[in-house]
Amino acid sequence: MTFVNQIINGLHVGSIYALIALGYTMVYGIVKLINFAHGDIIMVGSYTAMVIMTELTGLPLWVGLLIAMLAAMLVCTTFGVVIERVAYKPLRNTQRIAALITAIGVSLLLQNIAQLIFSPNSLPFPVAIRVPPVAIGEMTISFITLLTITVSVLLMLGLQAFVHKTKIGKAMRAVSEDRDAAQLMGINVSTTISVTFAIGSALAAMGAVLYSTAYPIIIPTMGAMPGLKAFIAAVLGGIGVLPGAMLGGFLMGVAESLTNGYISSQWGDAVVFGILIVVLLVKPSGILGRRTSEKV
Amino acid sequence: MLIVKDIQVYYGAIHALHGISFEVQQGEIVTLIGANGAGKSTVLKTISGLLRAKSGDVVYTGKSLRNVDPHNIVKLGLAQVPEGRRIFQQMTVLENLEMGAFIRNDRAEIEAGFEQVFQSFPRLKERRKQLAGTLSGGEQQMLAMGRAMMSKPQLLMLDEPSMGLSPILVNEIFSIIAQVHQSGTTVLLVEQNARMALSIAHRAYVLETGRIVKSGDAKELMDDDAIRKAYLGH
Ligand SMILES: Nc1ncnc2c1ncn2[C@@H]1O[C@H](COP(=O)(O)OP(=O)(O)OP(=O)(O)O)[C@@H](O)[C@H]1O
Ligand SMILES: [Mg+2]
Repeated sequence: MTFVNQIINGLHVGSIYALIALGYTMVYGIVKLINFAHGDIIMVGSYTAMVIMTELTGLPLWVGLLIAMLAAMLVCTTFGVVIERVAYKPLRNTQRIAALITAIGVSLLLQNIAQLIFSPNSLPFPVAIRVPPVAIGEMTISFITLLTITVSVLLMLGLQAFVHKTKIGKAMRAVSEDRDAAQLMGINVSTTISVTFAIGSALAAMGAVLYSTAYPIIIPTMGAMPGLKAFIAAVLGGIGVLPGAMLGGFLMGVAESLTNGYISSQWGDAVVFGILIVVLLVKPSGILGRRTSEKV
Repeated sequence: MLIVKDIQVYYGAIHALHGISFEVQQGEIVTLIGANGAGKSTVLKTISGLLRAKSGDVVYTGKSLRNVDPHNIVKLGLAQVPEGRRIFQQMTVLENLEMGAFIRNDRAEIEAGFEQVFQSFPRLKERRKQLAGTLSGGEQQMLAMGRAMMSKPQLLMLDEPSMGLSPILVNEIFSIIAQVHQSGTTVLLVEQNARMALSIAHRAYVLETGRIVKSGDAKELMDDDAIRKAYLGH
């Protein structure tokens, strides 16, 4: 594979990390919580999509995939919002560590529920896209890669427009910055937090379907690795900063892909964590981070 | 218009307000003065719902605010300019004003609100695309006031608007407060700058360690010996 191909592969997986990282960073921005259950929302999304695509056998596969995406978004959004209301909201004004531990608990709960319903064994994710690779000049790019990058970039642009142009998006930024001041403006903080979890979870659902299309094996603990990497991407870019999560995701993907391609696939994860350590040492607030180190 | 009835407010185990009662009539400028830590900000935060009184009540136009959420209290026509401005630093000046108008939906009315704020604070107009965090302290105070005015409150509560400003800016801010009052807004003003506050207010309450120790006509308090000694420096 050429260098350019490695980069493109990196952008493929990186755009998925970026989608997931956005959920971590938005939630952190607004409630200062590392939502450890966010990775498991990916798993929920993948299983939902799998069930839908397996059930909808009569339809063309890509229609099935589209419906599966929408279903995954709906289910993940519901999970995200309900988890926040039930598990995190009651702890909103307590010590942060309480919500953090609760998030780990929610993560385990989701994994165990998935094991009960689907067994702990891995299942194949239906292959929906059988389109030949696209030739661009000398190169050929897989259709899935092209689709993933395009969809992710469009979603990111949409999110940027949402937080800068819409009233509720601006309210999200206001609450992230100063919750009390936002309340004094008449902003309903609970609603705003729910919207944040909803959007973060919907993006994770899209990430889940795209991820499983690329790595078509699903298992109840599947959310851990992409979740962790996306979290690192969010920290790398500057947690709480939306463009940071996007940048961090792409950087992580490319670094991982280059390592896999030129060093060894066994080193891919190590390099990713190595980057995190270096960034945290050099600039603890992340590449685009503003605030000086805020301890979690 | 606003009646505060014997409120007891705690921060955990710290007893901050020991039964505060006062009222503000429609059309008045009332000031709460007191030294650092007297409890002035605590009073305002309790009125706007950010803090809850353990006992006692806050009644606004006949309605108890005990169980009303802060974001709904704003809708009743109460706005607060918090201590330290608390503007949204990462948002532009215009976005800050839009947030001030969050409870309003009529676009034309909001636009008219911008114009009104820009008339009072021309400097904000020049800087409307700028991030609020890049404004000077005085400009940030203007923005905080403009933002509160955007909700078109009946009662405007200001927490130490003169804090950290040069004498010229303090005069400017106070003349805007007078203008806002002239245009029909009732004002509850918290200040450490007792001289300025008493000069603009109709009535005043003096707060000391969570209790009201004196109240009356602002002009009379200005001549009160004890007040002069404690708060006016001679
Ligand atoms: N978040 C808090 N936690 C604990 N105690 C607090 C908190 N905020 C205020 N207090 C205490 O409550 C008392 C009243 O504080 P408050 O901020 O209302 O005073 P203030 O009159 O506004 O003072 P200043 O003029 O310095 O702003 C003080 O003794 C203060 O230490
Ligand atoms: Mg104060």
